Amino acid sequence: MKILVAVKRVVDYNVKVRVKADGTGVDIANVKMSMNPFDEIAVEEAVRLKEKGVASEIVAVSCGVAQCQETLRTAMAIGADRGILVETGEELQPLAVAKLLKALVEQEKPALVILGKQAIDDDCNQTGQMLAALLGRPQGTFASKVEVEDGRVRVTREVDGGLETVSLATPAVVTTDLRLNEPRYVTLPNIMKAKKKPLAVLKPADLGVDVAPRLETLSVREPSGRKAGVKVADVAALVDKLKNEAKVV
Amino acid sequence: MMNTQELIATHGPREAMDYDVVVVGAGPAGLATAIRLKQLAPDASVVVLEKGSEPGAHILSGAVMDPRAMDELFPDWKNRGAPLDQAVTGDDVLFLSETGSTRTPDWLVPRNLHNDGCYVVSLSNVVKWMAQQAEALGVEIFPGFAAAEVLFDVQGCVAGVATGNMGITKEGEPGENFQLGMELRGKYTVFAEGARGHLGKQLLARYKLTEGRDTQTFAIGIKELWEVPAEKAQPGRVVHTAGWPMAGDTFGGGFLYHLADNQVTLGFVIGLDYANPYLSPFEEMQRWKTHPAIRAHIEGGKRIGYGARAINNGTPQALPKTVFPGGALIGCDAGYLNAARIKGSHAAIKSGMLCAEAMAPALAAGRAQDELTAYPEAFEKSWLNAELQQTRNFKLWFKKGKTVGQVMTGVEQWLLPKLGVTSPPWTLHNHKADHEALQPASGFQPIAYPKPDGRLSFDRLASVFVSNTNHEENQPAHLTLNDATVPVRINLAQFGGPESRYCPAGVYEFVQNADGGDRLQINAQNCVHCKTCDIKDPTQNIVWVTPEGGGGPNYAGM
Repeated sequence: MKILVAVKRVVDYNVKVRVKADGTGVDIANVKMSMNPFDEIAVEEAVRLKEKGVASEIVAVSCGVAQCQETLRTAMAIGADRGILVETGEELQPLAVAKLLKALVEQEKPALVILGKQAIDDDCNQTGQMLAALLGRPQGTFASKVEVEDGRVRVTREVDGGLETVSLATPAVVTTDLRLNEPRYVTLPNIMKAKKKPLAVLKPADLGVDVAPRLETLSVREPSGRKAGVKVADVAALVDKLKNEAKVV
Repeated sequence: MMNTQELIATHGPREAMDYDVVVVGAGPAGLATAIRLKQLAPDASVVVLEKGSEPGAHILSGAVMDPRAMDELFPDWKNRGAPLDQAVTGDDVLFLSETGSTRTPDWLVPRNLHNDGCYVVSLSNVVKWMAQQAEALGVEIFPGFAAAEVLFDVQGCVAGVATGNMGITKEGEPGENFQLGMELRGKYTVFAEGARGHLGKQLLARYKLTEGRDTQTFAIGIKELWEVPAEKAQPGRVVHTAGWPMAGDTFGGGFLYHLADNQVTLGFVIGLDYANPYLSPFEEMQRWKTHPAIRAHIEGGKRIGYGARAINNGTPQALPKTVFPGGALIGCDAGYLNAARIKGSHAAIKSGMLCAEAMAPALAAGRAQDELTAYPEAFEKSWLNAELQQTRNFKLWFKKGKTVGQVMTGVEQWLLPKLGVTSPPWTLHNHKADHEALQPASGFQPIAYPKPDGRLSFDRLASVFVSNTNHEENQPAHLTLNDATVPVRINLAQFGGPESRYCPAGVYEFVQNADGGDRLQINAQNCVHCKTCDIKDPTQNIVWVTPEGGGGPNYAGM
């Protein structure tokens, strides 16, 4: 079976992001970017399926600026066979990405699409679900285990109360949770091999998708800092503060 | 704990790749050597290893850059979009007292402190740009891979390096995702790790490269990046300070540069030859910022970056022999920084170019694994050597006391040039290493540093937070001890535990055991790779080795 994996280029998880002075967004100038960690898990899972002989080909897809090619090269160094970049400098919201992926799924006809459950930059947790809906295909989100048997995909999901197992008919959409696997280290020989793997670059218009944002960001603010605590002299003073300042009793 | 030989025996052999030239470190020196070589020998295969997660991630510098070397490397650097876009617009040299400051009139400022024609830059950004230029020329750059081991051939010549093993657990055993390191073999291997490179240090010892030379000494530079209110921005303004808070004969000074986009970069540099074990470079830097002459520039602003790095004190007398069979040391790994000008990036680039200019004809002649003697010979004749010779006594005069330092710097950098003498007719020497300068705590009083206010001054952990530092948690500590009993038995007992003060990242902490005994806790995850501990530890018991590639700070715009 063919697997399509979606990977997003995001601010590296080690970077402490900073809101721009004008409040229009997060400053990403000169900041280290890397693959969304949940997407790395998605690539790793696809590669493991290929190593088990279940998957035959892994196509990594990214949507965004030209530098997303680096993200795709990383995916190919982990083990994806080829890459497709849908290149645009426009802001891409989850719905636009889901539409782009839908168009690619129709072209590539994978039996399985694996995505990270959310991206660590906007934390939307929408693209996988939107893609399944647009395709009219089953979804298994927050996967902590993925097994393929008899043309169906068994997905163990991390839900609030514990684990839920669903069995999906293919083609299906799966989104990965943190405990699904621990991605491997990319090795130098694999990085070099990845440089020679095919990488196609498309524009949204080639797929007939209008990516114009549907949501408008009004402002971005940092959380207010934690206020310093105070020491109170006695219980009476504490009760007084709880009553009159904090108004909780 | 399994060593690399055992790991190779059980998981090996290591994969290997052959190159013409292997460069260790994607800083200004390493990238300049790779770029220059590809300019001269487009067919040469060049690989650059970088322990940081990307080029520039571990680069920290003031920085005011003299474009002289960049002009030679890329005469069209402006058209290529090099991020040297803020020219210096004015120099202030201030002498600080505790509350006041005196500006030195321009005519009295020694010429080494004049910065006209230079640029205020983020060296980290310059390096990112250089890496793009190098890749466009066909250089292979591998960030996230640390060179952990020098490879030698049977003749004892350097034959390349091996990258570190990945996925070793805290206990020193191969974990689930274990990957053995890889060998990168080169006809020549160039070491550009920066000051106190951990492989460079081994090479200095193995090939006795420092024999007959002065002892190299270092300083620690601690730096912050601020975003300031627009009305405070003075793009291109360059300020250097001497005096407070440095007391007595401790060598140190501050710098504050206005970049474009309402950014101010500022920091403090302290010579690591200080004697008082209670001195805390980090806290000196924090209180320096509260001086009226400094706070005026940043008050109301926001700190957005922090980092620290040990730097060479840059006397050409202490330059080691820079070549050995199969390789060379360049940049700060050799020690070309010009301390008197407070600049090293131009020297790093120039030394890298000189090395490449020696390698290109050697490769063309089919040579390999021999000594690139043409490199040090070219350095002798270079403008860089002439520049370093002019200021060769600068740091050493200050070792004789502040007054002597100021007077003699004036004589050498101000008076003699006016008389037409560019290189002083005398040479001072130093044979004392920084760690030998530390004196027992019994002779000193602890220093009471002010508490951080959270607006202008901060504590160590809040600072490390904005350096974006991280290391994979499940790996052996990369700050190694030759003898685990020394920290408590000697460092704490005799020197009051100086590592808890000189470390700018809170790596070293003396804590009490349940039984009341003392113990050194090493928070290796905090390490910003400055190398100060490796230099200043009084018995040289701490040995800094590379952690897993990709770990360490992620400096942005530093």
